[in-house]
Amino acid sequence: MKVDQALLVATLVLPAVGVIAAAATPARHDRLGRVAGTVAAALTFLAALALLAGRRPPARHGAPIRPWHELDLPWVPGLDLRFHLGVDGVSYPLVVLTALLTLLCCGYTLWRVPEPGRGRLLVGLLLAIEVGILGVFEALDLVLFFVSFEIVLLPMYAVIAIWGGERRRAAARKFVLYTLFGSVLLLVGVFVVVSKAGTADLIRLTGGGGLGRGTQLLAFTLLALAFAVKSPLWPLHTWLPDAHTEAPTVGSVILAGVLLKMGTYGLLRIGVGVTPEGARWASPVLGALAVAAIVIGGLVCLAQTELKRLIAYSSVGHMGFVVLGIATLTATGAQAALIGNVAHGVITGLLFFLAGAIKDRAHTGRLPELGGLRESAPVLAGLLGYAAIASLGLPGLAGFWGEAFAVVATLQRGWTALAVVAALGAALAAAYFLRLLRQVTHGPAVGPIAHPRLAGAELLSWGPLVVLALALGLVPAAVLSLSADAARALAEVAR
Amino acid sequence: VSVQAQAALGAVLAAVPFVAALIGLLLPRAPRPVAAALGIGGAAVAFAVAVVLAFSVNGPVEASRRWAEFGDLHVTFGVRLDPVAVLVAVAVGAVALAVQVYSVAYLADDDRYGPYAAQVSLFTAAMLLVVVSGDLIQLLVGWEVMGICSYLLIGHDRRLPEAPRAAVKAFLVTRVGDVGFLLGIALLGVKLGTFRITEVLSRVPQLDKGTLTAITLLLLAGVAGKSAQFPLHTWLPDAMAGPTPISALIHAATMVAAGVYVVARLFPLFRPAPATLATLAVVAAITMLLGALAACAQQDIKRVLAWSTVSQIGYMTGALSVGAPPAALFHLLTHAAFKALLFLAAGVIIHAVGTNRMAAMGGLRRGLPVTFWAMTIGLAALVGVPPLAGFWSKDEIISVAWAAHSNGPTPPWAAWLVWLSALLTVAITGWYATRLWLRTFFGPPRGSAAERPHEPPWTMSVPVVALAVPSALLGFAGLAPGFMRRLGFEGRVHLTGALFVPLVFVVVGVGIAWLLWRRDPGTDPARALGPARRVLAEAFYLDAVQEALVVRPVVALARAVRRTDETVVDGAVEATGRGASGLGALLGRAHRAALPRAATAVLAAAVLFGLVAVVIFGGAR
Repeated sequence: MKVDQALLVATLVLPAVGVIAAAATPARHDRLGRVAGTVAAALTFLAALALLAGRRPPARHGAPIRPWHELDLPWVPGLDLRFHLGVDGVSYPLVVLTALLTLLCCGYTLWRVPEPGRGRLLVGLLLAIEVGILGVFEALDLVLFFVSFEIVLLPMYAVIAIWGGERRRAAARKFVLYTLFGSVLLLVGVFVVVSKAGTADLIRLTGGGGLGRGTQLLAFTLLALAFAVKSPLWPLHTWLPDAHTEAPTVGSVILAGVLLKMGTYGLLRIGVGVTPEGARWASPVLGALAVAAIVIGGLVCLAQTELKRLIAYSSVGHMGFVVLGIATLTATGAQAALIGNVAHGVITGLLFFLAGAIKDRAHTGRLPELGGLRESAPVLAGLLGYAAIASLGLPGLAGFWGEAFAVVATLQRGWTALAVVAALGAALAAAYFLRLLRQVTHGPAVGPIAHPRLAGAELLSWGPLVVLALALGLVPAAVLSLSADAARALAEVAR
Repeated sequence: VSVQAQAALGAVLAAVPFVAALIGLLLPRAPRPVAAALGIGGAAVAFAVAVVLAFSVNGPVEASRRWAEFGDLHVTFGVRLDPVAVLVAVAVGAVALAVQVYSVAYLADDDRYGPYAAQVSLFTAAMLLVVVSGDLIQLLVGWEVMGICSYLLIGHDRRLPEAPRAAVKAFLVTRVGDVGFLLGIALLGVKLGTFRITEVLSRVPQLDKGTLTAITLLLLAGVAGKSAQFPLHTWLPDAMAGPTPISALIHAATMVAAGVYVVARLFPLFRPAPATLATLAVVAAITMLLGALAACAQQDIKRVLAWSTVSQIGYMTGALSVGAPPAALFHLLTHAAFKALLFLAAGVIIHAVGTNRMAAMGGLRRGLPVTFWAMTIGLAALVGVPPLAGFWSKDEIISVAWAAHSNGPTPPWAAWLVWLSALLTVAITGWYATRLWLRTFFGPPRGSAAERPHEPPWTMSVPVVALAVPSALLGFAGLAPGFMRRLGFEGRVHLTGALFVPLVFVVVGVGIAWLLWRRDPGTDPARALGPARRVLAEAFYLDAVQEALVVRPVVALARAVRRTDETVVDGAVEATGRGASGLGALLGRAHRAALPRAATAVLAAAVLFGLVAVVIFGGAR
């Protein structure tokens, strides 16, 4: 096994070791368990970063997926299943984002454990989620992809059900049942593809892999529905606001930051890649639903009265832009979707961190009961303003590129009406975020706030996201140059 | 200065205030002198660089690198300098510097001065980015960052309850226009395959007429938002809630100037689109008159000036609409000088009197002699009294509008419209400026604070006096052929008898105001407006129209959508869940039975299955 292959395995094994270490720590050494988990998360992050360094030139010319690093081992020989991992420009930014957000959440949990305590288990579950998500992004085998997709589900259920807010049980149940429904469709879709094509190898499958038109339409419908639940795409989104409102801060950060990306990544990699014919056939519907998500998400936000719910609905709108980019089936759209994914992870992750901090301090998330944060906690208010401005897509910050170029790609595709409505949706984002800021930060302070100053741990866990939101805005090429070839190849496949 | 050095300096121009802003925002609790040094330093360097460039750049200078790659579309990051760009940059730098210096004293007792100064630096950097930008996407970055800076700065004052609302309005109204702007840029990119301004302009002939008209109209929406043109002008008067130096910044050299500058820069797109130019002409004519009329009845000194900005920007867009970007840019420069002067001087008055209301002023010329003379110069320049700056530039616009109805890119009726409303506006401008002047500086003092005003600290009066110089003299640049050719004119302005036509209108406007005031120096000449006064003070109730036609329907729609989302979309999901549990409970109950009934049921089922088996398999055999 070469070094780069070892690194690939390490990104999955290290967090898994962290899970065991954190869970095996006795309850009286809770902090030790959290530290062990955080160290595992940090090592995973370093391993993910190191994957960039040894980038090999694309090995197979002409292949639609050209992984920089690849590991292909037999897994269940009897069923012809392979443990096939790899990263390329499409998956790599998401791998790093996942590792980073998990590390930040573990670090945050070192400082603050939500009720009812037992932080080492929370850290362990976060790492288990990381294993699943990284598995999704790195899998080059359709069955492995599906298995990883499922690994995420139960730990996330536990995170919401144990550390969540008052209505956590109902929210967690809704989350798990709704997404299980999606998983069933995914399972059927995966087996339709695998049984018809006779292989689960993504590299061989990408481009249609000899699947007939009927199979592709059926498979794409099933897969797209499954991914639409996860992304979430309107009207399959209603598990999201409940889950976010009740989830603990770190749960929300992971959920919005990377968990949703499994849906859009799957749509691009599997939906468009493996069943391009189906994608071509369904793309207008997908585009229309994405635009509906943008506008409806924005309008609901405008009438929303709960902080975390508002951010959750704003995710519906933002992910709408990502799906719109994918639905155009152009290289421009794929690139916009990729940077939109990363930017949303960074910015919404930051927003949920901040919303959690505000809710913890003010003991309420209801907007009418908040106010005057600018007076009572100026730094927190400043950061919230920054994150909100980044999220509304201000040019110069990370959120702009994905949304503006999703619109450009939509025009390129010739969907003028959809582009116009999507652009209007971006103006709606400005309206609801400014309304949010006006209610939360402006005006007289409603009352004294606990710990108006920020803790060092908060600054440490938010800092990277603050910097990234600006850095990706100023240097979008950091993501886009990695994925340029892969995006072009995918668009070629779907042409 | 070599071409490479010019391009590098062009990049430095925007980068220096940006870095100053970044440091300032990262150190919100820095001591005041540090914050002030950062703010003033950033603006001063930008100004100095702009001056160096103004003397060295003679032709187009361009340098760019690839910034981002989206499939076949590339976004570049670079500078594109020409004499017009560097002249506008000088104006931006000068006004920003004056504002930064002035703010030190104006915000002397403000504990959030640090972030304020940093935001002004960011504002300056964003405007300079728009000015030097070589790529439309890059231009959009500066364009929108300016919007957010205006939001932050208008909402700065925590004592004003209306400030947050005004800030949100400023950003949202301009953002609505920017939807069009973004779509216009996106369409250009998609149709022409590039966002680089030079390439876009050289490929204009590839566009068919309809597309070109659509694109330019979309761009115009963004321009109307930023430059406060009807019907997207409503944010500008409310933006008065910001500190006075911010008003100077927004009204003089940044934000509202950006729209005019961008149309001038992209004029090869607009010239072959007469429908767009005619639309712009109508918008300009309405805006000119609307702004001037609304200014006539305002009680707040800053609101008079704000409406006058709306009206004066209307002159610039009017010049653009008749195909004369150089005239628009000339007025942009002179207006930058005298409007910055007027706002900063008004700030001195407000600082001295403690109120914005002209009803509480009067007789201030004795207590504030320096401000009085500065304000007199500024108002005379605004009215167009020769030989002050506004006279030359406004006159140029009126004469190009006159010339344009025989040969211009716009339909003759549109040129007529611009010319006529420009002339009428001259008279109205004379009226409201005279009213402001008389109400503020003459007559008896009408308030306790107005009786003993005091001149401000030197950091406030120096910028005012310094701005009075270009307000008085910049017009003479119109006689310098070198300067005028840099702006795009063919030569110096022509001194002809036609110059006296607008002067007649000036005399009429000023004279009527003076006569009305002289009857009773203690009362407001606006009383003569009678019932129209209220309509004008409310600016024809366009705010209410906007509220009724846009804001309330959107809010109602949002509530309805939220309800639908919760009851129908999520309701279906919840109902599915409840239905499944209900069905399960029902089946569960059916399976709960005491032993005799359960045994009977099992036996009955066995008999039933047996019968079925016999019927099916028996029949088959």
